Amino acid sequence: MSAPRSKLTEPAWVRWGLVAFVLGWVGLFLVLPLVAVFHGAFAKGWQVYLGLFDGSDNGRAARHAITLSLSVAGIAVALNTLFGVCAAWLLTRYRFAGRQLLLTLIDLPFAVSPVIAGLVFVLLFGLQGFCGEWMRDHELPKVIFALPGLVLATVFVTFPFVARELIPVMEAVGTEEEEAARVLGAGGWSIFWRVTLPNVKWGLIYGVILCSARALGEFGAVSVVSGHIRGQTNTLPLHIEILYNEYQFAASFACASLLSLVGLATLGVKELVAWRQRLAVARAASQADDPPPPPRQA
Amino acid sequence: MAASRRILPGFGLTLGVTVAWLGLIVLIPLAALVAKSTSLSWEQFWGTVTSERTLAAFGLSFGAAAVAALVNLVAGAVIAWALVRYRFPGRRLVDAVIDLPFALPTAVAGIALTTLYAPNGWIGALLEPLGIQVAFTRLGVVMALIFIGLPFVVRTVQPVLEEIPAEFEEAAASLGASRLTVVLRVLLPEALPALITGTTLAFARAVGEYGSVIFIAGNIQGQTEIAPLLIVIQLEQYNYAEATAIAVVMLVLSFALLLAVNLLQRWSNRRFREST
Repeated sequence: MSAPRSKLTEPAWVRWGLVAFVLGWVGLFLVLPLVAVFHGAFAKGWQVYLGLFDGSDNGRAARHAITLSLSVAGIAVALNTLFGVCAAWLLTRYRFAGRQLLLTLIDLPFAVSPVIAGLVFVLLFGLQGFCGEWMRDHELPKVIFALPGLVLATVFVTFPFVARELIPVMEAVGTEEEEAARVLGAGGWSIFWRVTLPNVKWGLIYGVILCSARALGEFGAVSVVSGHIRGQTNTLPLHIEILYNEYQFAASFACASLLSLVGLATLGVKELVAWRQRLAVARAASQADDPPPPPRQA
Repeated sequence: MAASRRILPGFGLTLGVTVAWLGLIVLIPLAALVAKSTSLSWEQFWGTVTSERTLAAFGLSFGAAAVAALVNLVAGAVIAWALVRYRFPGRRLVDAVIDLPFALPTAVAGIALTTLYAPNGWIGALLEPLGIQVAFTRLGVVMALIFIGLPFVVRTVQPVLEEIPAEFEEAAASLGASRLTVVLRVLLPEALPALITGTTLAFARAVGEYGSVIFIAGNIQGQTEIAPLLIVIQLEQYNYAEATAIAVVMLVLSFALLLAVNLLQRWSNRRFREST
């Protein structure tokens, strides 16, 4: 190193000052709210938790909210996973006119306020909406203030997640192995299941988990289309709001802590996937006499 | 890639599914919003959008989002810098926790922050003797937006700092530049596009944020009522036209921001390619 070491980093007091700032900021703004959730949930002991699942009215409402959230998220994530895989295959395996536009459009829901995401479906399917009257006349099932509306709003909000995670992974893996399989006579489905999927499974798993966490926790969009019918269209985040506004803080935080655990699990899986990737890179680097093909750049 | 188009099957199927799903879920509903807004006369539209209550809501949403984004610009840059350049106890944990606002549902963040900053909360009780009230004021709105915006700046800047080659700094230092000069004149220009992108993303997210804000805001009309909440209120009173007008204005502004981010990224990518 030609320059003295001292010139390539900051004085020690600056470094430790910045580190102290980072630890303080992260502790105050990120960790403390999380601690507050669990503290609020356990402030009155385990009884509150058990109360969520007993036979009382409150317990039934909480259980229903959990079941409803799981079903809405399950449907929305399944649909968006199918879409995400299709979109990633299309956008990484072919170059065509309008590809860049599609990439931008997939991100569009990120830029839309969740409230607006709910509003658009009210405008389409509400009684005063574009299709509302026609659907009532034809005795089609209700969409707004019912399960289909909750699913639609959730699908809109979580639309980009799987595709966003999968696209860079599939781009990096490249197409050589798939082309080799094709030349050897494999069909499209068998290429996908036996060549592509094993290569990108961790990216896909992370995308699905990210999508599920967001779907379970979605509040604004679902709040607009739900109508807040207790025991019918109240998802878990909406139930948290109702309990909180009724000053049932302990029960509210108990429900919130369940969703926080899902969030923490998401962070855990992210670390796991990153760790596996580092491991794979290290393994590839150690096989020096047989270097892997460099990742293909767009 | 021209060869793979011929070799790998599935172009028609995946194109069909992608375009159909995108159209059904995203494009047609957003088009319905725009179509609904055209049913208002211009006077109605303008009257709604420039009413005192709406202007106050827009002012708060955009103003608080701007303040929060600037705070996150500074804090996010320092955090990204420390994570990339320093080794300190708890670094891996801090790195993992940064994504918490992405992972924590907004309603959960909302009630947690309100409980912390309420006058009888852990932080609120410390601030009250100083005469600072956070919960149920505009400051509370800013606090919630700082929480949700932080990872956008950190996660945009971090990879760029990791990529800056050590030669840049070594060259500047060996030519006699002080450390402060190196940071301001060599490193900052390299990280600037990422800093602007991350801040814009945090700003765009904060403008539309609903769940984490409505609990801590107190929702006093004309004072702590954010624009997304006003949409919900209008909708609950069956004022569909008013709700739509506010939503269209927000949508246009968000798309303008998204476009700006895209152009910025394309510009900085091109600059990067030219310089290497």
